[in-house]
Amino acid sequence: MRIFVEGVGLLGPGLNGWQASRPVLSGGEPYVATPTVVTASDRLPPAERRRTGIPVKLALAVGYEAFTNAGRDAAATATVFTSSSGDGETLHHICETLASAEREISPTRFHNSVHNAAAGYWSIAARSQEPSTSLCCYDASFAAGLLEAVAQVVVDGIPVALIAYDQPYPEPLHAVRAIGANFGMALLLAPQPTGRTFASLDVTLVPDEARPTCMSDAGLERVRASIPAARSLPMLSALGRSATEVVVLEYVGGNHLRVAVAPYR
Amino acid sequence: MKPLAISHFSIVNSLGAGSEPVTGALRGRRSGLTACDFETVVLDTYIGQVSGLDQVRIRSDLGAYDCRSNRLAQLGLEADGYTGAVAAARTKYGSERIGVFMGTSTSGILQTELAFRRRDSQTGALPADLRYAETQNSFSLADFVQRYLGLRGPAFVVSSACSSSAKVFGNAARMMAAGVCDAAVVGGVDTLCLTTLYGFNSLGLVSRAPCRPSDVDRDGISIGEGAGFALLEKASEKPDQPAAVVLGVGESCDAYHMSTPHPEGMGAKLAMQRALAAAGLTAGDIDYINLHGTATKSNDASEDKAVFELFGDETPCSSTKGWTGHLLGAAGITEAIISILALQNDLMPGSMHTQDVDPALKCNHLLANRDARVNRVLSNSFGFGGSNCSLILATAG
Repeated sequence: MRIFVEGVGLLGPGLNGWQASRPVLSGGEPYVATPTVVTASDRLPPAERRRTGIPVKLALAVGYEAFTNAGRDAAATATVFTSSSGDGETLHHICETLASAEREISPTRFHNSVHNAAAGYWSIAARSQEPSTSLCCYDASFAAGLLEAVAQVVVDGIPVALIAYDQPYPEPLHAVRAIGANFGMALLLAPQPTGRTFASLDVTLVPDEARPTCMSDAGLERVRASIPAARSLPMLSALGRSATEVVVLEYVGGNHLRVAVAPYR
Repeated sequence: MKPLAISHFSIVNSLGAGSEPVTGALRGRRSGLTACDFETVVLDTYIGQVSGLDQVRIRSDLGAYDCRSNRLAQLGLEADGYTGAVAAARTKYGSERIGVFMGTSTSGILQTELAFRRRDSQTGALPADLRYAETQNSFSLADFVQRYLGLRGPAFVVSSACSSSAKVFGNAARMMAAGVCDAAVVGGVDTLCLTTLYGFNSLGLVSRAPCRPSDVDRDGISIGEGAGFALLEKASEKPDQPAAVVLGVGESCDAYHMSTPHPEGMGAKLAMQRALAAAGLTAGDIDYINLHGTATKSNDASEDKAVFELFGDETPCSSTKGWTGHLLGAAGITEAIISILALQNDLMPGSMHTQDVDPALKCNHLLANRDARVNRVLSNSFGFGGSNCSLILATAG
């Protein structure tokens, strides 16, 4: 399935935006691990903005970066959200409250606990009534999201924004499921080349296991390996270098995804 | 979209395990809702609980997946000869050519809720027996189902609250059209847990009585649990008579509020319009509408507006949540299967517990069961975050 890339968004530890990160992902500048800078989006009405947690802020930040790069209208674009664990802080607070004598959980916390909270806030911010889905596939959540987004682009012939994000759990959940840092990335994918197209992806589901493509920089490899959404880094690195390269992504069921990245001019 | 054949399906909820007891309860107008006695929950409400889950033994090779959610999944996979039907499809297509797309809103969260009561008093650590990947993570459901059925194709979980297991039909249709797989196991599971019971209670959305969809005195939902699965194949490549066909899937967002539907039903209307367009049908082609019909003030009012605008006041519609309760992430598949039972039995189930239809509602809300030819059904599922999905199911041929 061949599709075209128009825009990228990225936020992670030491990765503060797509354009700023390209030299680091290309190996031109050294990678320095600093905490992910997450800021609230001014696209949401103030009442909604106050209620959002880090996953929503991550999703909105990378989503809008990709849309801005692509010059696309967010209101008219379908979305695929994918995350391994959604809002970990909210899950923690709910479980803590339910284990206490007073089980009254906050209504806002409850509606923020749904896995599609980011998609819901996104649709409000973008005023988008276009189809949107919210996926989970544990460590392979990025691969699953990419497969779904690409299938939608190809089958329905429409542009789709893929938004992947993960947030670490606080303790004690962190001890049973460690996620390295806050991380978000977005890709704007289209069925045909446009003036904004800068690369193509050819995605194939291959029915056998294969070693995933790793990052050559040890620091970036730690990010890739410790955050499900950051499994996207080797592909982003190829996009950042305008390289022609095959990237292997781990999937489930003994499969892997083969992603052939190529620059488009 | 190209029609998809539903070659097999299974259903388990508080009405029973399998389509026979569920059909019997629909015909006999026996609700599965009972006064809440779940776990240590102290709430004045009714629930739709599946009996015997505490006694279910998870298949021994999948012991690490043992939790209420996966036990209910196993009950569903063993109901109605479903596992055998998938085994036959596996022989026909190959295990790597059958996808698994599951919907759930809570997955095995109950397991984590219970583990938080057993934190180490010194360190705060969770007990060592909590299996995060196999029970708590949302994907654990699809992972369990894929392993249980011996499949190796594409798999993931859709978790978009109460539209989850309707939307998986769309995922399967796309994956099959893209050639990523030839057939798909779709479905969903949601179990009772403290998060949803206390969470919906905090929003003031839980009824003190068995829920009364579209009643003038409706005061909220009854929460239930259930599992449902369907085996989808391309209608063009299914020689035998399938149970039903999926003609259309329509998805949309409200873009309005996180937990309140758009007051005019804008997103709901768009989902229904898109399902009709995908099926190449018009409103007049639909014989019966299985409403999302949660029995909250806001859902039933906005859904009625959306349905009335498209279908007017003649097409019979009802909600089956008075029977099963609101199965949240499993509502979509459950009501898709109830829609198939309506097609197979020529039965339009009238909403249960509803005494007086709200005079503000304009659609043709059925209160009594009606025996009439049913060829095409539209089923609605709407969720938090303004996530909407409508399905159109029809008799084959």
